[in-house]
Amino acid sequence: MTDRRSDPLSPTRRNLLRASAALAGAAAATPRAAGADTGDNLPPNVPAWMKTQGAPVLSPPYGEPSPFEKTVVRRQRTRTQTQTAASSQTPLQDLHGIITPSGLHFERHHAGVPAIDPAQHRLMLHGMVERPLIFSMDDLARFPSVSRVHFLECSGNGSWAGLGTEATVQQTHGLISCSEWTGVLLSTVLGEAGVKPGAAWVLAEGADASAMSRSIPIGNALDDAILAYAQNGERLRPEQGYPLRLFLPGLEGNMSVKWLRRLKVGDQPFETREETSKYTDLMPDGTARQFTFVMEARSVITFPSGGQRLADRGFVEISGLAWSGRGRITRVDVSTDGGASWRDAVLQAPVMSKCLTRFRCPWTWTGEVARLQSRATDQTGYVQQSKAELVDARGLNSGYHLNAIHEWRLAPDGAVTNEV
Amino acid sequence: MRSRRLVGTANSRLPLPLAGRGQGWGYAAKGGDGRRRVGASTKASALAPPSPTPSPRGGRGFERTSQILLVAIGIAALATGGQAAETPRYGIGRTPTPAEIAGWDIDVRADGAGLPPGHGTVSDGQAVYEHKCAACHGDQGQGDPMDALVGGKGTLATAKPVRTVGSYWPYATTLYDYVHRAMPFNAPQSLTPDQVYAVTAYVLFLNGIVPKGAVMDFRSLPRVRMPNRNGFTSPDPRPDVPRR
Repeated sequence: MTDRRSDPLSPTRRNLLRASAALAGAAAATPRAAGADTGDNLPPNVPAWMKTQGAPVLSPPYGEPSPFEKTVVRRQRTRTQTQTAASSQTPLQDLHGIITPSGLHFERHHAGVPAIDPAQHRLMLHGMVERPLIFSMDDLARFPSVSRVHFLECSGNGSWAGLGTEATVQQTHGLISCSEWTGVLLSTVLGEAGVKPGAAWVLAEGADASAMSRSIPIGNALDDAILAYAQNGERLRPEQGYPLRLFLPGLEGNMSVKWLRRLKVGDQPFETREETSKYTDLMPDGTARQFTFVMEARSVITFPSGGQRLADRGFVEISGLAWSGRGRITRVDVSTDGGASWRDAVLQAPVMSKCLTRFRCPWTWTGEVARLQSRATDQTGYVQQSKAELVDARGLNSGYHLNAIHEWRLAPDGAVTNEV
Repeated sequence: MRSRRLVGTANSRLPLPLAGRGQGWGYAAKGGDGRRRVGASTKASALAPPSPTPSPRGGRGFERTSQILLVAIGIAALATGGQAAETPRYGIGRTPTPAEIAGWDIDVRADGAGLPPGHGTVSDGQAVYEHKCAACHGDQGQGDPMDALVGGKGTLATAKPVRTVGSYWPYATTLYDYVHRAMPFNAPQSLTPDQVYAVTAYVLFLNGIVPKGAVMDFRSLPRVRMPNRNGFTSPDPRPDVPRR
């Protein structure tokens, strides 16, 4: 599919710019021609954009980022065999605050993005319920609704191998995003159907070409699960499950089934491919942990981070993101010496449960080699652990739920690299 | 349909919808539901007659035929009167028809609940496999370009584990469920139940799990003992790293 944000200089956009330039009688209105190289728009000169009218309203009707921000896009770490069973990652290094713009939310699809007509989309709820029900999107929008800000993280976010010193935070941690999600609580809809005694699991199934399916414990379904139809104030993006997705705060992203079409209540897990063959954690003894859902506390520094370069010594505001699937972040420590000493970072309010938390730590860089780390603590008292401790506990064959402390190396020339 | 009318009666006793917030999608005409899908009734009409032994599609699972379920609900609603009103009810949504449920109710559980009628042999499965699967999974299931389906036995506790149907998957029924819902990659949900049973039998045969003469159906498939059946642990032991 094409993403209109992926090419800000599309023919349409160029024509628009050309048209507005012609209207204003100016010759130099293309993004790169505004004197950026020559300094013509710098003091003491009057910038070109002050001498003419800018673009009119509704150009375009749905606003886009500045053409100068065209490098802020999702990217794919490695090209996969098929581009429909694939993922793309959020450019965390370019983002501010805690909200991920909807068009930059990471993607993980198992059979591409279906083009669903919401008028022909239905949610079926059946199995161990008193009243099997089927809902149109109009029906679901009538229920009492909630809006909550939560992160969504793929349990495969990060890996032990395959990334070199050149890796960016988009590549190391980009399978996490954070949005305001709006919809009806799943508990409300389950209450409407009436869950029968003995119900223990709910199968969630998507309307994509893999009919992606996962079993959800009834406790999670009745707790804070949302049937979400909106994200950041507008209807879901197609890549995020338009017109309806399940959203399970704090749990591995794969369970938040997109393009949701069916919920079936049962008394045992359904043992789908995605919870047996995949999304299970192989231990050194050859056994595998199954149904490991929660995303444990984790943090990463997004500035300075891999691929960036500090131009000057002196003041640096170290900044990053922390999150926990078990609740609120209560503390983030930052180290500039590889974990030998730690300092308290400032948490940006509001700090919300199962939500990204922005942390900041003022620092003066005197030009020495620095080893930058962050360490999150959540409301349960859980403290993010080192990679060595994680490997001790789980070995190297478990490719999911890798939430270890991450390190960036800052060289005397200002270059920041991934510590492998 | 008698059962639906009963449910409707129960509904009509309940409070009016509590929320009519006018935030609808603005396109769907009310009552525009229920369009029959082509073939939606195939599975329902193929239901086996009542039998004391396991029967396909609901005879052994918690969900008997939707028809019976609906009648039971209707009776329960009449018998209990206002019991349903104890839970919040908004009166939103409608009862799906048996055909609607049958068309979408595609999951197959580990105990075989949900398996449809039909059967498939290893040799039939070989033909299906070579035609529809080998290009992605290799002529012997060895994988490349996509996932290997065969091999990897004895590798799970090594530095290079190979997770295949034979070495890793705990249930043979999951193979049926997944092949039917998601494969072939370019035409999911296009295989007939006989074809899915057959190709399942063939992949199990390639892994040395069933003999060449095996026939897979709703009785035999759940009985297949997978080598890694006991390889999975739960519940989640995390947090599993000792506190500093």
